[in-house]
Amino acid sequence: MMTPRFINIGERTNVAGSAKFRKLIISEDYEGALQIARQQATNGAQILDINMDEGMLDGEAAMVRFLRMIAAEPDISRIPVMIDSSKWSVIEAGLKNVQGKGIANSISLKEGEAPFVEQAELIRRYGAAVVVMAFDENGQAETAARKVEICTRGYCLLTDQVGFPPEDIIFDPNIFAVATGIEEHNDYAVAFIEATRRIKSELPYAHVSGGVSNVSFSFRGNDNVRSAMHSAFLYHAIQAGMDMGIVNAGQVPIYEEIPIDLKNRIEDVLFNRGNDATERLLEVAQQHKGHFSKPTEDNDASWRETDVAGRLQYALVRGINDFVVQDTEEARQAADRPISVIEGPLMAGMSEVGDLFGAGKMFLPQVVKSARVMKQAVAHLIPFMEKEKGSRNGVGNKAGRIVLATVKGDVHDIGKNIVSVVLQCNNYEVIDLGVMVPCLDIIETAKSEGANLIGLSGLITPSLEEMRVIAREMTRADIKVPLLIGGATTSRVHTAVKIATNYTGATVHVSDASKAVGVVGSLLSVDRCDKFLAEVADEYEEIRDRHAKGDRRSTRQTLAGARANKFKINWSDYKPPKPNYSGLRVFENYDLSMLERYIDWNPFFQAWELAGKFPRILDDEVVGEAARELHRDAQVMLSRIIDEGWFNARAVIGLWPANVIGNEDIVVFSDHSRKVVLATLHTLRQQMARDRRRANHALADFIAPLESGVADYVGAFVVTTGHGCDEAANRFEVAHDDYNAIMVKSLSDRLAEAFAEHMHERVRKELWGYATAESLDSESLILEQYQGIRPAPGYPACPDHTEKKTLFSLLEAEFNTGVTLTDNFAMWPSASVCGIYFSHPESRYFGVGKIERDQVEDYAKRKGIAVADVERWLASTLNYDRDQSAEKAA
Amino acid sequence: MTALNERSIAAVARERILVMDGAMGTMIQGYQLSDADYRGKRFADYPSDLKGANDLLNITQSRVIKEIHTSYLEAGADILTTNTFNANSISMSDYKLERIVQELNFEGARIAREAADEASTPERPRFVAGALGPTNRTASMSPDVSDPGYRAITYDEIRTTYREAASALIEGGVDLLLLETVFDTLNAKAALFAFEELFEERGSRLPVMVSGTITDRSGRTLTGQTIEAFWYSVRHGRPISIGLNCSFGAAQLRPYIAELAAIADCMISAYPNAGLPNEFAEYDELPEETASHIQTWAEDGLVNFVGGCCGTTPDHIQSIAEAVAGFPPREPPILQQCLRLSGLEAIEVV
Repeated sequence: MMTPRFINIGERTNVAGSAKFRKLIISEDYEGALQIARQQATNGAQILDINMDEGMLDGEAAMVRFLRMIAAEPDISRIPVMIDSSKWSVIEAGLKNVQGKGIANSISLKEGEAPFVEQAELIRRYGAAVVVMAFDENGQAETAARKVEICTRGYCLLTDQVGFPPEDIIFDPNIFAVATGIEEHNDYAVAFIEATRRIKSELPYAHVSGGVSNVSFSFRGNDNVRSAMHSAFLYHAIQAGMDMGIVNAGQVPIYEEIPIDLKNRIEDVLFNRGNDATERLLEVAQQHKGHFSKPTEDNDASWRETDVAGRLQYALVRGINDFVVQDTEEARQAADRPISVIEGPLMAGMSEVGDLFGAGKMFLPQVVKSARVMKQAVAHLIPFMEKEKGSRNGVGNKAGRIVLATVKGDVHDIGKNIVSVVLQCNNYEVIDLGVMVPCLDIIETAKSEGANLIGLSGLITPSLEEMRVIAREMTRADIKVPLLIGGATTSRVHTAVKIATNYTGATVHVSDASKAVGVVGSLLSVDRCDKFLAEVADEYEEIRDRHAKGDRRSTRQTLAGARANKFKINWSDYKPPKPNYSGLRVFENYDLSMLERYIDWNPFFQAWELAGKFPRILDDEVVGEAARELHRDAQVMLSRIIDEGWFNARAVIGLWPANVIGNEDIVVFSDHSRKVVLATLHTLRQQMARDRRRANHALADFIAPLESGVADYVGAFVVTTGHGCDEAANRFEVAHDDYNAIMVKSLSDRLAEAFAEHMHERVRKELWGYATAESLDSESLILEQYQGIRPAPGYPACPDHTEKKTLFSLLEAEFNTGVTLTDNFAMWPSASVCGIYFSHPESRYFGVGKIERDQVEDYAKRKGIAVADVERWLASTLNYDRDQSAEKAA
Repeated sequence: MTALNERSIAAVARERILVMDGAMGTMIQGYQLSDADYRGKRFADYPSDLKGANDLLNITQSRVIKEIHTSYLEAGADILTTNTFNANSISMSDYKLERIVQELNFEGARIAREAADEASTPERPRFVAGALGPTNRTASMSPDVSDPGYRAITYDEIRTTYREAASALIEGGVDLLLLETVFDTLNAKAALFAFEELFEERGSRLPVMVSGTITDRSGRTLTGQTIEAFWYSVRHGRPISIGLNCSFGAAQLRPYIAELAAIADCMISAYPNAGLPNEFAEYDELPEETASHIQTWAEDGLVNFVGGCCGTTPDHIQSIAEAVAGFPPREPPILQQCLRLSGLEAIEVV
């Protein structure tokens, strides 16, 4: 059965349910009340329930005022509202103040059919969905039969008489408290779940919702038992078809994590099994003071009561490192030898982690946290083992030895570090050579250490070329062990076509860190290796075939043809905005707290291999818990980074008069006289065949040609938040804390991107000043809904990394920001971003795609370098095989 | 009678792409009317300034308005929109003309009806859409930045305003209602509510076209909704079509039309401006340019109704009509039946 999606309705903006909210509303502190709504929206509520039913209040006025205030807050009004009141007049006043499609909560048959139909008719006209309570002239429905009977009656009236769309009807079949001591109440949960099942099957398209916290009302004061009850109740109600609910999502533990004995007793209560179910739950309720959903919280103590092996295993699976040294020491003292601790409880825990990860029940951030516990435990044991044996070679029996490196000229290592940790968790020995590793070091280490596998990682495009060189050199050095290729720009196609063909051993592309264990396991398994390699070889052969055919098929244009179809801007009726200053602006020690709101969290979760869009990912059924935990940890570290000033953020911005000469070259002038040329930025043009509707773009198309006589401008920037990052990461690494070491690097990357976004906004609004009235929220910024672009060399619109050299000298970036370029034009520190600013309203991002030999030759001439050099730097952008064409030429 | 019309416009629109007319304001400017012309005899001594009150011309220069309608019909328009964009009591209060709003709408409808009927043949019926602009107030936003909870207009005031205007348009003989240039969805919802009240009272419905406008390349309405959220917010009004007008030129409008076409299970209308305004705030895109963009919409099956907004002329409409002739109209998709809600953004509950 497909698990249905469950919608969380935020419950804190309810004067009846939240004392804090009530106080704020009564004291007319609407700003404070907005804050609560904002928290609900950012913490993952998908709908906001608003209730102003309180004797002290004018409900209509409060509802209207609050809704109007919300309308001015895009981060709140982003989500739909549920107007919640027992008074029709309040609901109606609310409906007149929401522009979106919300939900009216609720109407019922309490007063009979006439008002029910009348109100439903109005709600339909106001354009809202409706919640119908299982309540009729005879009172609230308590049994499943009565609930279904009333809901069916309501459904028929709504669909037949009112013409209400059935998919816009949400039934609330009343969740009542169980375990109250009154016998009739014992069936209430069963009745709701049973009614839900029948409503969903008998009343097509209708939905079921409810206020979950009622069910546990008799356990007031024992929040842990209450939240466990909510979790168990939701688990079964959702299975039965409940598709939305008013819940405090953050406080509901995962069903699987409820201790089994407690869970059984709770389910006996919920399903009314046995006359003594309530008593049996009461018996244990007092013991369960620990909070099982958040083991890192202080109040979680129950797991500490088990034996030391159990505790170590638990800590490994949950990634809790608070007691690891203490527990490891206790285990060591009890064990015959220190090694037994590793081979016993630690390996048992890690193997459970491996199983859970393999089964998709644990996610990367959690695994990395587990690895941290493992590393710290092992670190504690190593001195004892050395004392015992005088050597550390005897540390367990490793499943294999792997050499990992980020290749020469590249500095990006987050992905590689994650792979390293994951492999270590799975009992592989990893020799991590770090970043910018020369080819020779990799080969020598692999030989001297007798590596079983070599893994290469890289993020920038020149690294692809470097990997090809390494593959060739490995062949020359007579290395035969399998070669793994990974990293953001790598691909199966490139690996199959360009790398595997240069290496005599096996070459395998690993698309992400979670695949690494499976691939390595297969390669090092005597039984599976041959079969796996044969499959990979077949697959790559097929890829190469397809690639070769694809090359011939694709229709292309000559450079001249592409130029004739360039993107045309009518310069005669456009006056490019003149920047407010010309030259360089340097920023030192930029306030990091300014950058927080510009952070795009999506790449952060991608880096940790959690799939889903932020903020929805926080409520994702599968990865939601892992994502929330990761996000929470990130927030904690982020505030430390900001408060304690871990990074020195530096930037340089340049704006200059500029024009295009020829077709693709942007000439940057020193001043408005446009006489002295500071530098020339060379751009590349798309050469794919186009129909008349789409142009063959080059970035230069967005700048006025010199001969047009139009005064145009260009900008450039380098920003970094990388100074201080490695030092911070090292502090964690020394403490065997890979989790936080990777975290600090991934946050530093995010801050650098946020810095680029922030400075771009300042450029638009202030420094260049062509969009002074712009006002965008952070999401619109992420979606790039503004005028102008900032493409970076090495990315699709200008794939040539060597252009960074021009940019850096224009900006005197090394001096102004402390950022340097590696041999292959990666920026160091890696949490740095550079790019070129274009202001034209029609400027946009595009991919240059593959280019032909005629453009390469022309480009080489324009840049004044050899064709072979261009071919080397743009190897992955060429639409021809340069080796073959070189042979032909020879 | 109206039920017959509804069937017929829906039926005709299923056979081919229907062409709407172009700008009214641009055409009126061409007549270079004087203040006295605007006033006519009847308003010669009216105390307030009336120059630019285009809707007033329905009474004082009905011949001019009819001529413009006729020139659009001759250019190939299937649907005329009445000269009533501002003929509502909120906008007309600027000229102190609130009291004649009913008359302005009735006359606007009558003139267009007359022109359409003269050009109609059984094979090629021409339709009249009663134009209802957005008013110049917004129910979702405060005009006072220091008091975000303040509103210059309420839902009920807007509802009453639209009801008055729509009622007179129907009396005057329009075939359908066109709620256009929607920049605040709450205003539009109040209008849709008023239409429903009116339809109930009359015992019959008229087709309603809803056309929004987006303010910039963010692709959102002025009040911040995404296109998807906008559509879900007005879908309960069961419009015959949803679409976009004004905003910018056809080239820039295309992605948003395509977005709407993918999610709307009714017909799609689109009538852009003649390009983007130049530095003199004039629209100068040539008819062939506008038409060639719109032709690609037709080619790709995105539209059912096309036409022009600011800056377009009978020449534009003629080019557009020729460009879309022969292309089949878009087939609305059948959507999964599920709960669709919206704030500024949309969610689906499957």
